[in-house]
Amino acid sequence: MAQLRIAFFDFASCEGCQIEFTNYGDVATLQLLEHVEIVEFREAMTETTDGRIDVAFVEGSFTREADRARLQEIRARARTVVAYGACACTGGINALKNHQDDFAEYVYGDAARMPHLRSGTARPISAAIKVDYEVRGCPMSKDELLLVLSNLIHGTEHWVPTYPVCVECKRRETICRYDEGDHCMGQVARAGCGAPCPADGVPCEACRGFVEDANLNALERVLVDRGGLSQRRAVGKSRMFTANPRS
Amino acid sequence: MSQRITIDVNHLTRVEGHGNIVVNVTDGVIERCEWQIPEAPRFFEAMVRGRHYSEVARITSRICGICSIGHTLASVIATEAALGIEATPQTRRLRTLLKHAENFDSHVLHVYVLVAPDLLGAPSVFPLVQTHPDVVARALRLKRLGHEWGSAIGGRSTHPTTAVPGGFTRVPRVRDLEALRDKILAAVPDLEATVDTIAALAPAIPAFERPTEYMAVSSHDEYGLFGGFVQTILADGDRASYEVADYRSCTNEYVSPLSTAKYTRNRLGSYAAGALARFNVNADMLHPEAKRVAERLGLAPVCVNPYMNPVAQVVEIVHSVHEGLRLIDELLAAGIGDELLAEPTSCGTGAAAVEVPRGILFHEYTFDAEGICTEADCIIPTGQNHGNIQLDFEALLPQLLAQDKSEDEMRLAFEMLVRAYDPCISCSTHHLDVTFVR
Repeated sequence: MAQLRIAFFDFASCEGCQIEFTNYGDVATLQLLEHVEIVEFREAMTETTDGRIDVAFVEGSFTREADRARLQEIRARARTVVAYGACACTGGINALKNHQDDFAEYVYGDAARMPHLRSGTARPISAAIKVDYEVRGCPMSKDELLLVLSNLIHGTEHWVPTYPVCVECKRRETICRYDEGDHCMGQVARAGCGAPCPADGVPCEACRGFVEDANLNALERVLVDRGGLSQRRAVGKSRMFTANPRS
Repeated sequence: MSQRITIDVNHLTRVEGHGNIVVNVTDGVIERCEWQIPEAPRFFEAMVRGRHYSEVARITSRICGICSIGHTLASVIATEAALGIEATPQTRRLRTLLKHAENFDSHVLHVYVLVAPDLLGAPSVFPLVQTHPDVVARALRLKRLGHEWGSAIGGRSTHPTTAVPGGFTRVPRVRDLEALRDKILAAVPDLEATVDTIAALAPAIPAFERPTEYMAVSSHDEYGLFGGFVQTILADGDRASYEVADYRSCTNEYVSPLSTAKYTRNRLGSYAAGALARFNVNADMLHPEAKRVAERLGLAPVCVNPYMNPVAQVVEIVHSVHEGLRLIDELLAAGIGDELLAEPTSCGTGAAAVEVPRGILFHEYTFDAEGICTEADCIIPTGQNHGNIQLDFEALLPQLLAQDKSEDEMRLAFEMLVRAYDPCISCSTHHLDVTFVR
């Protein structure tokens, strides 16, 4: 079987999802490298390629118009584009500033008007180019990335769950955050992560985005009535990693 | 000597985030010699305003994926200082153990994946899979250990879940700590091999010296990680101390047209943060095994060669492993158990300084009576190093010109210099490219 030529690209992000890619250990990584050839990965290598890219993994949000051309070039070079991590898939945490109008002045003061400090709305990369697969989450699940890659290598269809995180908590017998006197967004959050946060004693904040047709008015009400949050906090909470879908 | 040199490295590789190197020399006259930061700015300090204190660390953690443990801890500790929350001794030990996991993890990645290829004459770690398979396998094993170590304590190594204001939402069980201790112990041979590898590569480290000011967290009890105070040292050994709450008096941020990250300075035109700065300030507090490794690798304070930063990282890798083992034994001896999260007792402003892999990190927040964040300030280590890298460039270029180096040799020297600092440019909420002309 021919090796898949894969490449990694990054935009506005913390690059934590790339770091997850380095965490497979020696056995799994060296086995993976028998099936894929990494042809471009700026953070880890100096080499670049002019040749074919089978799969481009793109991390980070699309925040500057100047990045559109870079994204289009990646699309033109790659047969398959995989957005990985919340920033690339939904805008992620970067989208929090989409609901503010004074963020640049707050951080840079009068210097905010310097041209290199301009930043627009944080958007998913799908706002600029067609995306074939998404690996959601903040950080993305490294096992899920491996599964996407495995499916691409074997030509099998990739499947992602459409149910909410609550299903995964029940499956692993995690006590509900609401029963612990806390709040949570697992009832409307996309599953697929295996629900690690509630099991670690912290609420789900929907880093993978919302399930389709999520009832967001009810989410706010539940956060207030059962979670004990103020209305303002409930609205803010519902936008943690999902500021774009809440606009 | 050629009359014209142009180096234009747009988006330097093997660094985290985006930086450019621009050097132009015409007829022997230096026209430009710049380290520029074009990273897309992300505005975290603005984004946490209006957030409840329980959410702030989970947002600021996202400043950086590789120092997310440090950003979480800086945020949590500053929040506690602002809200009058007192952490328990068990929490403090777990946080120190978690911090060592991050420094270990990040240093392994930097030394093996980002720096070693330059010293082995390879463009990246991937060709080394064929030429040096044992080195690559060892790197991947150690990286995996860092990940498992951080996850055992923090829930995850990237964006940890369990470390929150007031303590830990879940603490490791005795069997988890015992398993972690066994894994770390099993890595000790890999650690010795790491020191051997770096000792063999050390002759390839450029000899370049530029004295500057070095800044690090210091403590009377340990090799500074968090808590304590801020200390700086000059090449002549002259020291100055600052309270963490007064961090603005030693960082003095300003905006540069070269960078979307803010720059800093203190007693000199710039200062350095990171493993070498920590070593220069705190070497006497290192674990004896780490001191032995420093001696073997020829590292002694005050070292003024910035290319030696990765060597200081190797010394710290050894330190973290031995301190990690000691902390695990202490936690087991004290009897680790669940504790309720400590609650706020007041509101106001609080600051924290935490040593992340790339240097000293400051967070400061103000909270109102409802625990809502009203002000935030984060000063990132790489932002603090940018000014120092620029001054290194300006000192290095005339030396390279005098040595009549080729353009390619110069480009490599500049790139290696930047990589030595292990810049974490995406961190810089407040962040360069190389162009060269002689």
